[in-house]
Amino acid sequence: MALQDVSGFQDTPMSHMWNSPASLSGPMGDTTPLLDMADERILGWGRFKSSERDGGVPLRFFIPPPQSSVPFRCDNRHTSLSSLSTSSSPPTRRPFPLSHGTTTLAFVFQGGVIAAADTRASCSGLVACPSAQKILPIHSHLLVTTSGSGADCMLWERILAREIRLYQLRHGRRLSITGSAKLLSHMLHPFKGTDVCVAATLCGWDVEEVRVEEFKGKRVDRMGSGRDDSISPAKRPVEETVMSTSDACSQDDLTDSACERTRHAVTDVDLTRSPVRDRCGPKLFYVCSDGTRLQGELFSVGSGSPYAYGVLDGEVRWSLNEEEAISLAREAVYRATHRDAYSGNCVDLFHITAQGYCRRDREDLREEYHRERERVLKRGKEESEEDKK
Amino acid sequence: MEYLIGIQGQDFVLVAADNVAAHSIVKMKQDQDKVFKLSDKILLLCVGEAGDTVQFAEYIQKNIQLYKMRNGYELSPTAAANFTRKNLADYLRSRTPYHVNLLLAGFDETDGPGLYYMDHLSALAKAPFAAHGHGAYLTLSILDRYYRPDLTRDEAMDLLKKCIEELNHRFILNLPSFSVRLIDKDGTHDLEKLIPVGAK
Repeated sequence: MALQDVSGFQDTPMSHMWNSPASLSGPMGDTTPLLDMADERILGWGRFKSSERDGGVPLRFFIPPPQSSVPFRCDNRHTSLSSLSTSSSPPTRRPFPLSHGTTTLAFVFQGGVIAAADTRASCSGLVACPSAQKILPIHSHLLVTTSGSGADCMLWERILAREIRLYQLRHGRRLSITGSAKLLSHMLHPFKGTDVCVAATLCGWDVEEVRVEEFKGKRVDRMGSGRDDSISPAKRPVEETVMSTSDACSQDDLTDSACERTRHAVTDVDLTRSPVRDRCGPKLFYVCSDGTRLQGELFSVGSGSPYAYGVLDGEVRWSLNEEEAISLAREAVYRATHRDAYSGNCVDLFHITAQGYCRRDREDLREEYHRERERVLKRGKEESEEDKK
Repeated sequence: MEYLIGIQGQDFVLVAADNVAAHSIVKMKQDQDKVFKLSDKILLLCVGEAGDTVQFAEYIQKNIQLYKMRNGYELSPTAAANFTRKNLADYLRSRTPYHVNLLLAGFDETDGPGLYYMDHLSALAKAPFAAHGHGAYLTLSILDRYYRPDLTRDEAMDLLKKCIEELNHRFILNLPSFSVRLIDKDGTHDLEKLIPVGAK
């Protein structure tokens, strides 16, 4: 993809759609945009358009010509009780069943963001892969948990990663989590009504903003986190939030920026209240290929999500400590995999703090099942002993 | 599933929207704001299909702001409503229609308060009171019965509360809270969220 961009290879008839002013003001359609060609040149957008070929939506796919059954969009929307993971009746017959079932969850608490997911990739009754990875890191402070069609998720995660990196290179600062969610949502919107099925939660930590009013006297450089990961901490005032140590976390062997646990200067984050609405701090967004984009503090997505919600809704609190949060996430995924046929095998747990994300070893849920059985047996013995007394 | 209501008084418009963002049987979010501020004295309330609502409302919102930037003055509520309707109609006749139901409420210096009802087929009607959603079937008769053009702010609030209590009583879905806003000559005011309590 990068090579394609650099070489300016335009291989699809649809590419003009993304670069035309219509795309910049709205989705495809014969609407006359608010800006016409004359204005575009006046504003210098003509230059903008040609130099930044990708405008804002740089997609070079071949999009199949619209089916004659396009009007289905209008009526199928009211089938609101259609299953969570499958899309409404497709216009064309799929050549093979797509994989959908999954359980992913993420929530925010005082120690950051926990993201957890199972590892079963199912394909309507067959376990296609028992060790899929559904939580994909984009950069050191952003993870995507994916659900829906496996191929779509993989592709769109890569596209999102590319766009975030391009933004960083063009603007010299990292795109915020809110911006990343909006970017993904706007990129997915034109594919609404097609078979693209992506339901992702973006979990991350915004280290960017410096609250100027708190630092009136001090000159604190605006953090271009990620711009130069090799800046030594001694050069700038480092104020770290109080983070619980993550001894149990293992280093991830993926991207370089993820492995380096660079310390970023962060503002004093008030840990006594939930800062999700603030510009800095933990963030959680749910983005779906039907266009939904929601910010929240707890999301679970996939066929196993109702079971996970059942466990999480009663227990998730802002004041959890790290161990409790991780074991809660593990249990929620375990319960969902116990009940949902399309989720299972292992659980991946990730924890994001101001220092970046940290990945735990993959855990087999079979062991959790055995541990629970022992717990139940032990409890049964204790109760019978008490009854005897 | 979702609910919007608007009541126009002599010199104000009172609007309310529920706060649930749902996906099939699950409430994904319980504090979703469905009111979009188009300008100081115009609000757009938008419900409908999942992604379409936010996309369309933000599109209208940004274009209204762009108009102000380019021309130096804000669009009147009537003009904004007609602009919105025209966009909705154009998209309706394209390959990618937006399935949204809207209420646009505003206060104009010369014309006074205005409430505009718009549906997904881009019909536009200026109305003294309006509602969207399944809850509208239950509450329009209440509005018919008790509405008067010379309602005071408190009376309009009571009427709104009556409607929400009726929903709490009769509507099969639980809508736990509603955001309420008021527009008058001084601009938009956020009022307290209405939280219907207890089963009847």
